[in-house]
Amino acid sequence: MKDVAIVAFSQTRHTAEDEGLNETELLLPVISEIKEQVGISRFDFTCSGSCDYLLGSPFSFVSALDAVGAWPPISESHVEMDGAWALYEAWVKMQYSDEVETALVYGFGKPSQTSVRQVLGLQLDPYYLAPLGVDQVSLAALQAQAYLARSGAKEGDLTAIAARSRAAGRENPFALHLDAPADDAPYDVAPLKVHDVAPQADGAAVVVLATGDKVREISERTGLKPAWIRGIDHRADAHSPGVRDLSVSPSARIAGEKAGAVNVEVAELHTQFSHEELILREALNLGDDVKVNPSGGPLSANPVMATGLIRIGEAAARIHRGEARRTLGHATSGPCLQQNLVAVLEA
Amino acid sequence: MGNPCAVIGIGQTHYTTKRLDVSIAGLLREAAGRALDDAQLTWADIDAVVIGKAPDMFEGVPMPEAYLADALGATGKPMMRVHTAGSVGGSTAIVAASMIQSGVHQRVLTVAWEKQSESNATWALTVNKPHNASLVVGAGGYFAPHIRAYMRRSGAPDHIGMLVAVKDRENALKNPYAHLKIPGISREIVEMTPMLWEPIRYLETCPSSDGAVAMIMASEDAAKKAPNKPAWVHGTAMRSEPIFFAGRDTVSPQGGKDCAADVYRQAGIADPRRELDVAEVYVPFSWYEPMWLENLGFCGEGEGWKLTESGVTAFDGDMPWNPSGGVLSSNPIGASGMIRFAEAALQVRGLAGEHQIEGARRALGHAYGGGAQFFAMWIVGSEKP
Amino acid sequence: MSQSSPNHVLEFPGGYTRSVGPVIGRFLSDLRDGRLVGVRTRAGRVLFPPLEYDPDTGEDVTGEFVEVGPVGTVESFSWVPEPLSSHPLDRPFAWALIRPDGADTAILHVLDVGEFERGAKQPKRLKTGLRVRAEFRGDPKGEISDIKAFRPEVSMINSPTRLEYDLRPGKALDRFFEGVAEGRLLGHRCDVCGKVIVPMAGLCAKDGVPTTEEVEVADTGVVTTFAVNNLPDPRAPEVPFVSAYILLDGADITMLALVAGIPADQVRMGMRVKAAWKPREEWGPTLTNIRWFEPTGEPDVAFETIEEYL
Repeated sequence: MKDVAIVAFSQTRHTAEDEGLNETELLLPVISEIKEQVGISRFDFTCSGSCDYLLGSPFSFVSALDAVGAWPPISESHVEMDGAWALYEAWVKMQYSDEVETALVYGFGKPSQTSVRQVLGLQLDPYYLAPLGVDQVSLAALQAQAYLARSGAKEGDLTAIAARSRAAGRENPFALHLDAPADDAPYDVAPLKVHDVAPQADGAAVVVLATGDKVREISERTGLKPAWIRGIDHRADAHSPGVRDLSVSPSARIAGEKAGAVNVEVAELHTQFSHEELILREALNLGDDVKVNPSGGPLSANPVMATGLIRIGEAAARIHRGEARRTLGHATSGPCLQQNLVAVLEA
Repeated sequence: MGNPCAVIGIGQTHYTTKRLDVSIAGLLREAAGRALDDAQLTWADIDAVVIGKAPDMFEGVPMPEAYLADALGATGKPMMRVHTAGSVGGSTAIVAASMIQSGVHQRVLTVAWEKQSESNATWALTVNKPHNASLVVGAGGYFAPHIRAYMRRSGAPDHIGMLVAVKDRENALKNPYAHLKIPGISREIVEMTPMLWEPIRYLETCPSSDGAVAMIMASEDAAKKAPNKPAWVHGTAMRSEPIFFAGRDTVSPQGGKDCAADVYRQAGIADPRRELDVAEVYVPFSWYEPMWLENLGFCGEGEGWKLTESGVTAFDGDMPWNPSGGVLSSNPIGASGMIRFAEAALQVRGLAGEHQIEGARRALGHAYGGGAQFFAMWIVGSEKP
Repeated sequence: MSQSSPNHVLEFPGGYTRSVGPVIGRFLSDLRDGRLVGVRTRAGRVLFPPLEYDPDTGEDVTGEFVEVGPVGTVESFSWVPEPLSSHPLDRPFAWALIRPDGADTAILHVLDVGEFERGAKQPKRLKTGLRVRAEFRGDPKGEISDIKAFRPEVSMINSPTRLEYDLRPGKALDRFFEGVAEGRLLGHRCDVCGKVIVPMAGLCAKDGVPTTEEVEVADTGVVTTFAVNNLPDPRAPEVPFVSAYILLDGADITMLALVAGIPADQVRMGMRVKAAWKPREEWGPTLTNIRWFEPTGEPDVAFETIEEYL
């Protein structure tokens, strides 16, 4: 495989409340910032991830394109998935096209405008699941219960994860700054308490990929070490929660194996619920020595559709700054960790 | 260009107004199953799945790749969903091809579909939001003024659109999967139908269809084992431009010209009119045939309508466009682009049946979307490039 | 019968007591258990409902009972828009010949296609070949009416979905609407290309740069191109209506808007128009302050001057 590196990463300061900016206005500053940073205003390929249902109307990516400066016309694509899958599409393209030496990848979401848990409820099987009115958090709680029952972990273990994530998030200028979980915190859907559920936020994230000579050129300008993608893979599980063992994540396990998820120092995991960290640690075989979500993770800010891309960006940023040599970024999609993407990065 | 990529399996459903006898998964499985049969493969042989469709408002299932993962045999495999508006069918095929060209996978299943009958196309495409700064009434309301601008600019006579409307419907009679079949279709019949969005008449626009199309992309090794003749990918390209900006040419968008130039360059084509044998081009309103003839470089500016008028693009013309009947005859929106790509591949495989263009060796598949701002194209050939 | 109350009733008190024999008995017993069984003839056909003989030859049937259905195909039917009091349903339904899967003959029974309004026309979905399934009574008695009715196979479910949003226009459009609320049309001039973008988006989509320089443009302009819409739209006053791209004086980008105050067939490319504002007291932060654009009466502009805006 051709060596491709993440050479720059930029994100918004995510907000829990609607600050009056539309998606394009959220994106424009971070795209402008990253163009300035890498010294490139035109990329060989552009790919984005977003969800029309968050906006409540079709074609959310059309106006977002205005933030890119798509003139003269650009080579561009879009996935109706988290931006992490847009990164994967760009990485695949760079593997074979000699003309693509740089790629701009972005993801954005403004969940403050609607109820994400209901939107994701509609994502379910339209015959047997969606008509029940079951929502994303209720399904996650079902998975949490299955995990607790099998592993013997306790609700306190989940709270500890939330506490650690929130503490880390308070150190991250881009995350929401949330208080430590309260002792008497109520359940959202039991066994998940309110702090076990990732707080949705408005935000966007941008990543620049490069290959060949461009990597050196850009690194010299930014002063950042390139984060080389050593492996990247994604897999899906079956959809219905009734046909799979919810306490494990076989798709994450396969993706981790294919991406070479060993010997990592830091893992940024797309944990929208506390218990998912435990399931993913197991699936990706991450030992206690692996630092998980030092950014605070999604439990400190969940800008839906950008959250997975941010995990990869955060994992890259550790390498950019020389804080780690080998890191892992993970993204998920679908109910109960149905789809998982793993990227292994190295200095 | 990367590793060689071949199309070794193609499957389509019959396109129709309402497929009431199948679920969404059933519709996709029908196309995918036929593609697997064509390639003599089973679900287990597939490495990855790439799906595409236009807005999820059509069926009301946001990001349906989750629900469809196991329905398309993707358990334990990579599954992706592409969405680039009307061009999505083409873009999805290009993303699937890239998985082969990059050497990441050996056999990739790609499926595009729309089940428009579950809601209503106008609603799903132009959900009326607050804070609208413009008034757009369906796709016809958006495109009709641009067609008028083309007519004015090129001096094309009024009847050109009707010629295309008749030609594509005559072609559809040869295609077993086509939706609109109007035996005896004639200019008089088209002319009698009402103006929906003047200058667009009812029969100068596309139907609203349910349907799915699937293809199996394969590496050279995998293609060698395929029982039927493959189509080889000679080039792929995508281009996008903003929908509104000062000085934008909405009649012949730069994105379309650039995309065509890119795909011709990859395929080593200098003159598409002479070097291609057939084209499947996204023509949802009949006037877009002459408009795209110019935009895609089959003739000079202002000359497209003359090619149409003189029968060049007819089934027996020297540059047949849309022998399948095209989007004017079948339009499950999210699938329409991939149907163009698949029909181009069928032609160079020699498997297009009654609508086969004899001796077709190189074919163009084309799709566009949004405000004529997203483009996806590929060129396929009977020989490995 | 004209009288509402009959003057004679023939009714055997308590109903007849009929012995059913082994074949029909087997059928009704299975029916009471919710199963449909037919019987095989010596020629190999499966009769449903079972008879004791082959209706073609008169031969005894075999003793082999075969479970059929529960899904069947409508082979023929009649439509009852106004049911009689003796009919099993008091709303429209069909009498149908239904052949269950696995059977070679059909049963006559009630087919309920879900029509509720008396007098309803025969629904389009009711036709030969319709796939149907028996709906059983909750209190089976071992009678043919243990099948309440056949009903079409479930081929479609209705999925109402509703999501609520609180959408915001964004900073730039907010400012645009602020202007509109005061009767002003605002745009931004791009620092790079110098073009005036109306309404402003806070950026130039062509150059991909932020824009801030505010410019007020006129509420007069010129129609570049247009469509005559004959399909009704809730947003438009009536059909036919004209949707047109209008280049406002001072702007470099066209706006899609309604044109009225002139018969649709007289609208022209190059026609000069001005905004028709609603009365000031009805203004709000919305573009609907402008009803539409209407002709100014000035001479048309030459095609060449608008050509680059198409």
